[in-house]
Amino acid sequence: MTKKQRKALKRIIISVVLLVILKLADRFVSYGELELGAVPVGRVLRFLLYMVPYYVIGGDIVRKAIRGIRNGEVFDENFLMAVATIGAIIVALVDNGDYTEAVAVMLFYQIGELFQSIAVGKSRKNITELMDIRPDYANIEQDGVITQVSPDEVPVGSEIIVKPGEKVPIDGIVIDGNASLNTSALTGESIPREVHTGDEIISGCINMSGLLRVRTTKEFGESTASKILDMVENASSKKSRSENFISKFARVYTPAVCIAALLLAVVPPVINLLLGNPAGFGQWIYRALTFLVISCPCALVISIPLGFFAGIGGAGKAGVLIKGSNYLETLSAAKYVVFDKTGTMTQGVFEVSKVITAPESGITTEELIRLAAYVESFSSHPISKSLKKAYGEEIDTAKVTGIEEISGHGVTATVDGHFVAAGNEKLMKKLGVSYQVCDAIGTLVYVAVDHRYAGCIVISDLIKPNASVAIKALHKNGIKKTIMLTGDAKRVADSVAAELSIDEVYSELLPGDKVEKVEGFLKELGGNGKLAFVGDGINDAPVLSRADIGIAMGALGSDAAIEAADVVLMDDDPAKIAKAIRIAKKCMRIVYENIWFAIVVKLVCLLLGAVGIANMWIAIFADVGVMVLAVLNAIRALFVKNL
Amino acid sequence: MKKVYKIEVDCANCANKMEEAAKKTAGVVNAVVNFMALKMEVEFEDGADVKSVMKKVLENCRKVEEDCEIIF
Repeated sequence: MTKKQRKALKRIIISVVLLVILKLADRFVSYGELELGAVPVGRVLRFLLYMVPYYVIGGDIVRKAIRGIRNGEVFDENFLMAVATIGAIIVALVDNGDYTEAVAVMLFYQIGELFQSIAVGKSRKNITELMDIRPDYANIEQDGVITQVSPDEVPVGSEIIVKPGEKVPIDGIVIDGNASLNTSALTGESIPREVHTGDEIISGCINMSGLLRVRTTKEFGESTASKILDMVENASSKKSRSENFISKFARVYTPAVCIAALLLAVVPPVINLLLGNPAGFGQWIYRALTFLVISCPCALVISIPLGFFAGIGGAGKAGVLIKGSNYLETLSAAKYVVFDKTGTMTQGVFEVSKVITAPESGITTEELIRLAAYVESFSSHPISKSLKKAYGEEIDTAKVTGIEEISGHGVTATVDGHFVAAGNEKLMKKLGVSYQVCDAIGTLVYVAVDHRYAGCIVISDLIKPNASVAIKALHKNGIKKTIMLTGDAKRVADSVAAELSIDEVYSELLPGDKVEKVEGFLKELGGNGKLAFVGDGINDAPVLSRADIGIAMGALGSDAAIEAADVVLMDDDPAKIAKAIRIAKKCMRIVYENIWFAIVVKLVCLLLGAVGIANMWIAIFADVGVMVLAVLNAIRALFVKNL
Repeated sequence: MKKVYKIEVDCANCANKMEEAAKKTAGVVNAVVNFMALKMEVEFEDGADVKSVMKKVLENCRKVEEDCEIIF
């Protein structure tokens, strides 16, 4: 409990004790009827005595209400509470009746506030603990002694030591040692990841075994752990439509209820008077006050943001980072899911599976791979990586000049004085090379030397093990259509799509075509449902931002993807797409449950209050009880493990 | 220019009120209060003196919510 909460608890206890004493005094010492001449001393004394617990528990509320009126912020819950209780006190004073209700309303209001403060604090702590990947220190070796320093003091390129049981503080490369890393805080994946000398290592993982020496490649602030934390902490700044609706709703609702209460207090008695009946002012004012207590919008105002906060926290635990409540909302309404192929549905780990040399060129297999690897040496595309891997030797970049990358075609460059082109059929056609069509399934890299066809390298990619399960899961979760877009050859794309039973497939697209396609689908949806695009964040930033919601996967360590996407899947398991949608749906269901529950209960109680069935006690339940239940319900959004 | 500050406030509605108050402060282009993370992101006008604007922001927030705190 914080200091404030302890103070509130103390006030609650003191006023409860005082209230009990006064109630007992009322019963056994009937001082209330005392009169000195014409002065009702007993009545005044009783009023003053009851004002003590009222002041203890509600003094600040009344003060806040007055301050609000002075600042032109008339209708807030402080005002409602102050008016309702002061009204009840006046009614009691006139009748020399029961002050308990007035004090009790304040009391329960404060208990509710305290409960809410504890619940929110607790869930805030839960969520921040879930995302507890912030490293506290880094170990640096100085003169043979290991010292702990703050991670933001470590410059790029320093050597740090990560002991077993410690968090990796900064991104880097392992220069010595082997270890298994627990990445569950980042990915939700419980199977440890093995790292060896030469591997990249990401901050936020926990070293479970073995001593690691790491050369840092980034500053602390640029490291994965820091970026993720920033993102999660800023997530609820982007407000969803439901949240905006609630703030707007509260702005209209509170004044409306106050006016209704005023009418309730005045109109029926006046009608009574006109009809010649007793006015019954006391009764109608009491009803109006009940009305005010019921109407307090706290339950909505607190539980809706809390629900989103818990949803985002729970998703984070499962390795799904959602950048704002608005994205959670959009994701839950997704109807079309568009995928990129490479790295999303397939592993993106390409390997050279076949090399066909053109007999008339006299080139050897090794030479063909060497040339292709050299031409592609500056590209970071997976295909060039696999070529380099197949070549296996160090590339002397000085030998490559005049590199030109032709988007959607391939690359040309001068290697050892020869003009070498490597790319797809379009490139060969463009250069006017007479090539031989190769019919292997996979990505085909045609190579021409000095405009003469030299051969073809076949590179194939593997479908991810979970991909087909993922597509089925999407259909089960209300996705109407799955679409795959790829720059790859039609035959490759069609075979992948058929194997995964993806509804539609479009192949041989340039990056610009993908945006066009997505725009087409957006038009097709025409506002009925949302479109999600899933990519690996490499080369698809424009599509990620054009879609209603951009999902980047396998983003661990890829800054570009984390920046461009709205939802980031930390590992590259496609089944997480459906999981993210289920989390979003659960969260939205809870949010709507709370909205409906609070509004319906309140409306029913308002109706009962207006006709005089609901007394102040029911009113207190409608206010505090509904709020507590809504807060508890909102916290459910945190639990996403079995989704 | 945007800056993020840690805040202390008790209820979500009070946080909304703080947000409104901060937005209306001279020198502030936009302000977003994140009640759950207890943070306030303030976007300043170009050339605004951050320190004095933040003093004003706190003053305005105190007007609507007396026991709030902004750490800057």
